[in-house]
Amino acid sequence: MRTTKTEKLRLFEKMLTIRAFEEKAAELFGQNLIPGFIHLSIGEEASAVGTCSVLRSDDYMATTHRGHGHMLAKGADPGRMFAELFGRTTGYCKGKGGSMHIADFSAGILGANGVVGGGFPIMVGAGLSIKLRGTDQVGVVLFGDGAANRGTFHEACNMAAIFNLPLVFVCENNRFASTTPADFALAGGSVSGRAAAYGIPGHSVDGNDVLAVRKVVGQAVARARKGQGPSIVENQTYRYRGHFEGDPQKYRSEEEVKASRRENDPIERFREYLLREKTLSAKREKALREQVAAAIEKAVDFGLKSPEPHPAAALEDLFVAP
Amino acid sequence: MVEKEISCTSAICEALSEEMQRDASVFIIGEDLIAHGGIFGQFSGLPEKFPGRVIDAPISETCIVGGGLGAAMTGMRPVIDMHFADFVTTAMDEIANQMAKIRYMSGGQVKVPLVLWAPDGGGLSAAAQHSQSLESWFVHTPGLKVVVPSEPADVKGLLKSAIRDDDPVIFFQHKQLFAHTGPIPAGEHLVPIGKAAVRRDGRDLTMLTYGRMAHLCMEAAEQLAAEGIDAEIVDLRTLKPLDFACISHSLAKTHRTLIVHEACLTGGFGAELAARIGEELFDELDAPVTRVAARDVPIPFSPGLESYVLPQVEDIVLGARKVFS
Repeated sequence: MRTTKTEKLRLFEKMLTIRAFEEKAAELFGQNLIPGFIHLSIGEEASAVGTCSVLRSDDYMATTHRGHGHMLAKGADPGRMFAELFGRTTGYCKGKGGSMHIADFSAGILGANGVVGGGFPIMVGAGLSIKLRGTDQVGVVLFGDGAANRGTFHEACNMAAIFNLPLVFVCENNRFASTTPADFALAGGSVSGRAAAYGIPGHSVDGNDVLAVRKVVGQAVARARKGQGPSIVENQTYRYRGHFEGDPQKYRSEEEVKASRRENDPIERFREYLLREKTLSAKREKALREQVAAAIEKAVDFGLKSPEPHPAAALEDLFVAP
Repeated sequence: MVEKEISCTSAICEALSEEMQRDASVFIIGEDLIAHGGIFGQFSGLPEKFPGRVIDAPISETCIVGGGLGAAMTGMRPVIDMHFADFVTTAMDEIANQMAKIRYMSGGQVKVPLVLWAPDGGGLSAAAQHSQSLESWFVHTPGLKVVVPSEPADVKGLLKSAIRDDDPVIFFQHKQLFAHTGPIPAGEHLVPIGKAAVRRDGRDLTMLTYGRMAHLCMEAAEQLAAEGIDAEIVDLRTLKPLDFACISHSLAKTHRTLIVHEACLTGGFGAELAARIGEELFDELDAPVTRVAARDVPIPFSPGLESYVLPQVEDIVLGARKVFS
């Protein structure tokens, strides 16, 4: 897949935006400005941006409890996302969903999900719907290595394969399902390897290489769009933060996290590549980073200045016609 | 309109045929739908009439129900065949955590127009995993509408309304009633969701019931009439939203009530009815609210055991006498 210089800069900017959003969310959570709990995807930006860069705005995406990056990459507005994190009326869900349930149906985002593996059956339905309506849309379901051990994954792969649905199953193998290492929990050691059982293509990709993700997911999406059926893509990545903010992370060493940041950071790797091929200059980088920081500040400001919902609004939005 | 007699099975078929004709976004998904027209023959003729819109799925209830949900969220109006109501357990996350909540959790961004059609009930020696009445699980889950018809006209009219409804509807239909026939108006026939029907007018006692028990209540009412007890029978038809105005109207006349359902007693829908009547209609009552329901055990296989567990006409008669004792 050819990627122009402008597109590469756009990918870089998106990755910076996600990193800035997540770091700001961690900071605000630490200041008790975000109720509940949040799951951050710092370190996994290449997977989100590479995957969503090959989707159209009318393509469907289902994501997970660790979904902020996917949503931003698919086109969600950071201001309305922060407003939802703060539980305000201007949030995507008017404060009824929070971090784990943000959805933006106008951008094809069918929702994050509080249930690990909850997105698979829904995306099977979106795939069926695409086939029945006869459009050339594609559906992508993002999930972690933990979700690959749920029955919903296996049922969805089977059904997507027999119905030849236009879907791509994009696993972000970040090595840990909450506290449980994939090395322990994943029989066979590979999510993409499971594709063989369903007679569909499976690919394992360096998930911290945004262009590699873009290429492989791009091929799977093109295949699905042509009516050639579903695929599994497994992006090998690593999460820097705990499962949730505040996770004591007793299941891994600080050194392991530091080493990944030092040697395999998706943003740093792409930055070096862009500088090397002179797509990016130091001056341009500085401008981009300032632009992203300003946009995130503006988004936070929008969220914090938005009104709290009236308590009785809790009774609205249950039914179309009660 | 000229009336005709049809069975509950034919009523399902007529409703689906008319709605699939009317709206191209309606489709059916489930197991064993094409070869047999559904395991109860409830979809006979539809696979041929609407090719590609009656979808046979593998035994994969999680993805059948979740798939229906995803389709509903993206512009379709699925009717999901649950095979047996008991199998909802294999798709409970898709029903309780996803289907019921997605509209609300997203701040009303999306509508979920689907029908989950679930044949329920006992009396057929189908034993504990094919005989249950599980309506109270869903009544207890905000975001779902729950319908339990007893007559063919209501099966047709409520199924058509459920398909047109923009919210998820859990549609229970008792397996013993498939062959039951009744009059049905010719032409377009819709029954609104959320409206009860008075099956028998009476002065002395209000029987609150639904599903197959409405028929047993009718038999019991005839026996009670001979004893001088004139029972009114309110067939609730929809449990959520509940037609409490109808209940209230009837109790203002009879001042006594007997609640009858096939589901087991403890935590059953009768408990909710009793509580609400106690809270809102206490001054109307001349006797304690009384319940007749299945005993609190799984449904056993052997016919003698099963009929001991499920409410019978005699149990309803005894229950009514208790109200007057």
